[in-house]
Amino acid sequence: MDKPYDVLVVGAGPAGLAAAGAAAFSGARIGLVDAQMQAGGQIWRYDVVQGVAAAAQVQLKSLAAKKNIEYLFGWRIVTIDSQKNLIAENLAGMRRLQWKKLILATGARELLLPFPGWTLPGVTGAGGLQALVKSGWPIAGKRVAVTGSGPLLLASAATLNAHHAQVVAIVEQASLSQVAMFAVLLPRWPTKLTQTLALKWSLRNIPCYYDAHVRAALGTSFLEAIEIDNGRSNTHVECDYLACGFGLVPNLELAQLLNCAMDDKIHPSIAVDDCQQTSESNIYAAGEICGIGGVEIAQIEGAIAGFTATSNTHKAIGLYSRRRRMYRFAAAVAHHFSITAKIRTLATPDTLICRCEDVPMSAVSNFDDARTAKLATRCGMGPCQGRICGSALAELRGFTRNFGRPPLFPVSLETLASAEVQPINQNQHETIR
Amino acid sequence: MNGSLHLRVNGIEVDVPIGASVAAAIARITPYCHRSPRGDLRGPLCGMGVCFECRVCVNGTAYVLACITSAQNGMEVTTDG
Repeated sequence: MDKPYDVLVVGAGPAGLAAAGAAAFSGARIGLVDAQMQAGGQIWRYDVVQGVAAAAQVQLKSLAAKKNIEYLFGWRIVTIDSQKNLIAENLAGMRRLQWKKLILATGARELLLPFPGWTLPGVTGAGGLQALVKSGWPIAGKRVAVTGSGPLLLASAATLNAHHAQVVAIVEQASLSQVAMFAVLLPRWPTKLTQTLALKWSLRNIPCYYDAHVRAALGTSFLEAIEIDNGRSNTHVECDYLACGFGLVPNLELAQLLNCAMDDKIHPSIAVDDCQQTSESNIYAAGEICGIGGVEIAQIEGAIAGFTATSNTHKAIGLYSRRRRMYRFAAAVAHHFSITAKIRTLATPDTLICRCEDVPMSAVSNFDDARTAKLATRCGMGPCQGRICGSALAELRGFTRNFGRPPLFPVSLETLASAEVQPINQNQHETIR
Repeated sequence: MNGSLHLRVNGIEVDVPIGASVAAAIARITPYCHRSPRGDLRGPLCGMGVCFECRVCVNGTAYVLACITSAQNGMEVTTDG
């Protein structure tokens, strides 16, 4: 068995990298584990064509100088054992990771919402298509529409543009006046203003629809066109891909397995105190799992967690004011780009809500929580374990989430057999929030 | 990174850049990865290893997520669509 890490960081995105870097100052033995083969997480994902993101390069360079960080890339955490050691697996086998302090930086995934045609191949998440393209998905010359809400749409369109896709429409559900009110606030955060202006300029020739949404994706076995509804008329736009960005939701499964307390929002996040400590002793959390806030907050929270976990409290406290300032930016984004009722009612009774098990919306109409709906309809029982439909039903219908049981991902029997996993505590998994 | 990797998708030879995902290799051959229980063809949705819509068989192992698995020389990838 491996020796315990003084600090084990889960997730090598902006929060996890900052946490590992801050913790490494102490000279302690740090482990940094991530399911991907390269550091960067989602937002700083390595790009097959363009290489490492500029912002990530700075962070990675400073980490490279620290010799007390061990990198465990390509290892996915699948469960925990009775001692709360993490069980990691890859195609070659399993590993048991022991720790004295644990920093969770598992990030977020996209909130994917159902509408007619959303199961057609070619319909993806906005960050999802960005990720696919950065990993070499051929997009050059393809017609792509981007829809949803918020600054992520611009970032996604810019990546697609840079990879020579033909972006045919950006469909923003917020009205032009809401976007303008947000833009007026931007000078308060100069780096954000510069980023947004640069994005807007790079996308200046792309048709933008405001106060509009995609009401349906059309096609027989692959996406062929979309219907854009701006409240007055429908516009038919032919496209090969539709990238949907309705926001992000935290990846809480591992934190939940470790018993970390969550808040009671529709899309819960991990409850932490000022120094990023969770309800569980020696477990810290940083970044998007503590609430969607963006890359700057993730880095600051990561550094605070890393410093606190290594008893460098003074340095952690020094970062509090910067974090507060960026919290105000996150609140402004959430306020101006919140999802409207129109988006929540696009799915028809025939629209599939659970893609894994082909369960239509009509089947869950008489339920109001994910667990009961699952038992009666198989909604959420497929391989994604309710990750997609659970968040969608929380958003659309206010369903309480059912976080499921270990293992967190389908896992080999060999791993399960050698992991000495904890017997399932029924109460723990039935009480969700 | 320069250079390319050589693998097979549904028996067809395909080259992808070093660092590319299995999904990127599949996309050069077919837009589909698997079929839903009722037989609908599906392709990648989340791109981040969450939704399982890109699951394929790699070297005989089922349920491999194509979007987060790095392509490697000599891989045999099979889709269900």
